Amino acid sequence: MKQGKIIRVAGPLVVASDCLGAKMYDMVKIGEIGLIGEIIELKEDRAFIQVYEDTTGIGPGEPVFLTEKPLSVELGPGLASSIYDGIQRPLDIIRIKEGDFITRGIEVPPLDREKKWSFAPLVGEGQEVIQGDFLGEVEETPLVRHKIMVPSGCAGKIVEIKEGEFTVEEVVARIETEKNVKEVKMFQTWSIRKNREVHERLMPDEPLSTGQRVLDTLFPLTKGGTACVPGPFGSGKTVVQHQLAKWSDAQIIVFVACGERGNEVADLLISFPDLKDPHTDRPLIERTIIIANTSNMPVAAREASIYTGMTIAEYFRDMGYSVALMADSSSRWAEALREISGRMEEMPGEEGYPAYLASRIAAFYERAGKVICLGSDRRMGALSVIGAVSPPGGDLSDPVVQSTLKVVKVFWALDDRLANMRHFPAINWLFSYSLYIENIKDYWKNQVAEDFSDLRQNAMQLLEEESELQEIARLVGVESLSARERLILESARSIREDFLHQNAFHPQDAYTSLRIQYLMLRTILHFHNQGLRALEEGMNLEEILALRVREKISKMKFLPEEDAGILEVYIEVDNSFRELLKSKE
Amino acid sequence: MYKEYLTVSNIVGPLLIVEKIREVKYGELVEIETAAGVLRRGTVLDVSTERAIVQVFEGTVGLDVDKSRVRFLGRSQQLGVSEEIIGRIFDGSGKPRDRGPQIIAEKMLDINGSPINPQARDYPSEFIQTGISSIDGMNPLVRGQKLPLFSGSGLPHARIAAQNARQAKVLGKEEKFAVVFGAMGITFEEANFFIEDFRNTGALERAVLFLNLANEPPIERLATPRLALTCAEYLAFDLDMHVLVILVDMTFYAEALREIAAARKEIPGRRGYPGYLYTDLASIYERAGRIKGKKGSITLIPILTMPEDDKTHPIADLTGYITEGQIMLSREIHRKGIYPPIDVLPSLSRLKDKGIGAGKTREDHADVLNQLFACYARGKEARELALILGEAALTDIDKLYLEFADLFENEFVRQGEFESRSIIDTIDLGWRLLRTIPRAELKRIRPEYLEKYYP
Repeated sequence: MKQGKIIRVAGPLVVASDCLGAKMYDMVKIGEIGLIGEIIELKEDRAFIQVYEDTTGIGPGEPVFLTEKPLSVELGPGLASSIYDGIQRPLDIIRIKEGDFITRGIEVPPLDREKKWSFAPLVGEGQEVIQGDFLGEVEETPLVRHKIMVPSGCAGKIVEIKEGEFTVEEVVARIETEKNVKEVKMFQTWSIRKNREVHERLMPDEPLSTGQRVLDTLFPLTKGGTACVPGPFGSGKTVVQHQLAKWSDAQIIVFVACGERGNEVADLLISFPDLKDPHTDRPLIERTIIIANTSNMPVAAREASIYTGMTIAEYFRDMGYSVALMADSSSRWAEALREISGRMEEMPGEEGYPAYLASRIAAFYERAGKVICLGSDRRMGALSVIGAVSPPGGDLSDPVVQSTLKVVKVFWALDDRLANMRHFPAINWLFSYSLYIENIKDYWKNQVAEDFSDLRQNAMQLLEEESELQEIARLVGVESLSARERLILESARSIREDFLHQNAFHPQDAYTSLRIQYLMLRTILHFHNQGLRALEEGMNLEEILALRVREKISKMKFLPEEDAGILEVYIEVDNSFRELLKSKE
Repeated sequence: MYKEYLTVSNIVGPLLIVEKIREVKYGELVEIETAAGVLRRGTVLDVSTERAIVQVFEGTVGLDVDKSRVRFLGRSQQLGVSEEIIGRIFDGSGKPRDRGPQIIAEKMLDINGSPINPQARDYPSEFIQTGISSIDGMNPLVRGQKLPLFSGSGLPHARIAAQNARQAKVLGKEEKFAVVFGAMGITFEEANFFIEDFRNTGALERAVLFLNLANEPPIERLATPRLALTCAEYLAFDLDMHVLVILVDMTFYAEALREIAAARKEIPGRRGYPGYLYTDLASIYERAGRIKGKKGSITLIPILTMPEDDKTHPIADLTGYITEGQIMLSREIHRKGIYPPIDVLPSLSRLKDKGIGAGKTREDHADVLNQLFACYARGKEARELALILGEAALTDIDKLYLEFADLFENEFVRQGEFESRSIIDTIDLGWRLLRTIPRAELKRIRPEYLEKYYP
């Protein structure tokens, strides 16, 4: 292996000389203990290396080993339900080998080399295949059928295909290409900085169901869409991310804990094996891959972690799955970028962030999308990306927030005023937006209900009117409002408290299907409309607000996940108003 | 034994630049002998083939360019630990300051520690009863949590921290318990308050103190919290003790960090603090926690004074992003003469959900807590409205909420400095206050608990 020599060490940045022939973003090993690093700049024969481990004890004169390969991830059976650090080292194996604290210079293969997987072929000998075609499949977990695909750039005739138990390193197929016969194993490696190819990109047009009422009904995300969740500390970013990881109807979840709390990762690890996926009733961990680079782990590996996660997510998308990637938090990733940039003495842009921050963020989110995958079956896959952003002081003019908002289509604005009132999820309904409403109108119409879009529109309008009326009430007092306006205030409050507010820790309330969301909202708005009618007929507002059915409306969210209970409340709304009118006559 | 260098070329603030060095490693511990023969210590911040930049812990006062002798010790800064360490007082760089003997080290530990493997972490879920209603009832603390006190100058954070250290206990258990106290840049009087309080309550016998006072070198402050946490890790994970670590004042720590960054002419981030402040604070705070299969735990209460009570100031802001919540003190409540002046609304305990409920505190705790929050928030809104429009402009229900807010501050938040309320008393007190609000308004409470506790 080629060798260079260290000439400077400054925290996570190491400079080495004698590195002619090294390429940008090649992986290197530093010093005798072999810390892992990546080349991020070349000046003549000097290489600037960001090191993914603590450099204490490394000094000038020590060797740098050039692997001449880019920093890559291994893709193959064994990914699902794993937990990796930022450069795909399995943390569970590291714990067994090294103990409770993370030491340096550990080398462990990401995929288990010993474990045998049962490989079932999907093609026959003599068949012609192109890149991306399925060769066979492996049941990785009960939730994930892991497809073994023809590697990129390879096409030809199958000359041999095996069946049975194999490790990831054993050859399972031979393909005769124009040039030679290629042996295919169950795993492949892929550079984390390189997008995985697709056949064609499509417009996302199907909502990603999350079971969170404020998200699904008011600000929906699509399968293949992008969203960002910025907010000050304590506003519930991580809870939103966790809820999405738990309840969204994606088939694969990649959770990147980037520079965040160790205990939050522990929470995922401890709760996911016990939590059941509402769609399949299997433990959530079986469809989840966690990349954990907590805030006290080396800063440079934090930079790599989101790319590691993204590449794994793309790989599952290529199998035709709907994948969701959560990055919590992209601000920590940007800070890692800033720290390295500062040590390289680059000219800073805004707030000390490097000038290329915006383009890096845009390129990252652009890897999401709904696509036609490689392969002759033209299967569809989708990769949705949800990034949390932690702006300093909750200030949305922060460069990371601004650069993110330029590219993402859904904005969930977390509001610490709501969080202080313990209104969770603390997503502000006035500032948030989703640009996918038009794309998914047809889906709603066909799959949920004809009038769902209209109901949503009505609800948004009520909330909008509420904020205007509150403004007036604050200036001149509530009495000056008409009965109609006060009913609007009450109905908007009901939307907020009985519909949008959702308790992530209540077993019944944590998840609501789209159908039930529709029924709940319909009932609340039905009460409002009946109320307006009753006012017109001369009823007085106090009597309307005193109706017992209102308490039932407020408890709808605790009803079991079926139509009957809510329909009953709906009918009771009708009956209550009928009785009220009758009593007047 | 060690090579000695007389090649100091520049001295800038706390930094020393040594030329023509050989075989120097990043992060290595350095010994500097002044012309007068006094020893100082430092660490290597940046090293290239020609020169090393050394940060001097005790400050550079009295150092000169031509006579200072520099020795590189080939290891990083360490703390010698043994069971003898309990009950002792050290200075900010780990030397005894209680006139006691040197510790005979059973083992030497690198003060920077290593990150806990997230896979090895056990999720904190044991409720700690502090006896303070506004913490236990509203933002409960659990074992292994890091929960800072966000304070301002002149607020009684020291008294609250001391009350915490005095009263904190896990229900129904008697276990080995220790307090580790790290002081960075606070005055003698403040430090003395803690020492006296620990002494009077007998806590000193199971405490370890690391004190860097206001007139001692700021640069030493960078090591103080790390010494405290290294000691805590030893007590928790080697000796199976439950350790409560109190660090005051993180603001002075961050300022010391800024001083070094400025001396190195680094590109500053917000308000002149270095861009890596987040990472650096995380390397301290994240050392709190529990480990699967180990009996001990580290619970961390850092205290910081927010300049101008501004919680968007980088120190408070970044701390809030790392810690699992915060206890926020309020000047407004303090002015009303209420102790402890904890503003529960912006306070938060992120780990509370797994630490409370049936079998831990009481089944209805979570719902009562949420309802109290919602009612108090609405009451405060009504109070603001009343300020502008007069109380007469409020609706009847808003008037009830307004009364509730006053009642909440005066009966729930207010309590004595030596009064320890049990969690059951706290929850019952919550119910008593909630009874002033009509039942239909209590939407955050599950129907079955309303039946049981508000029939």
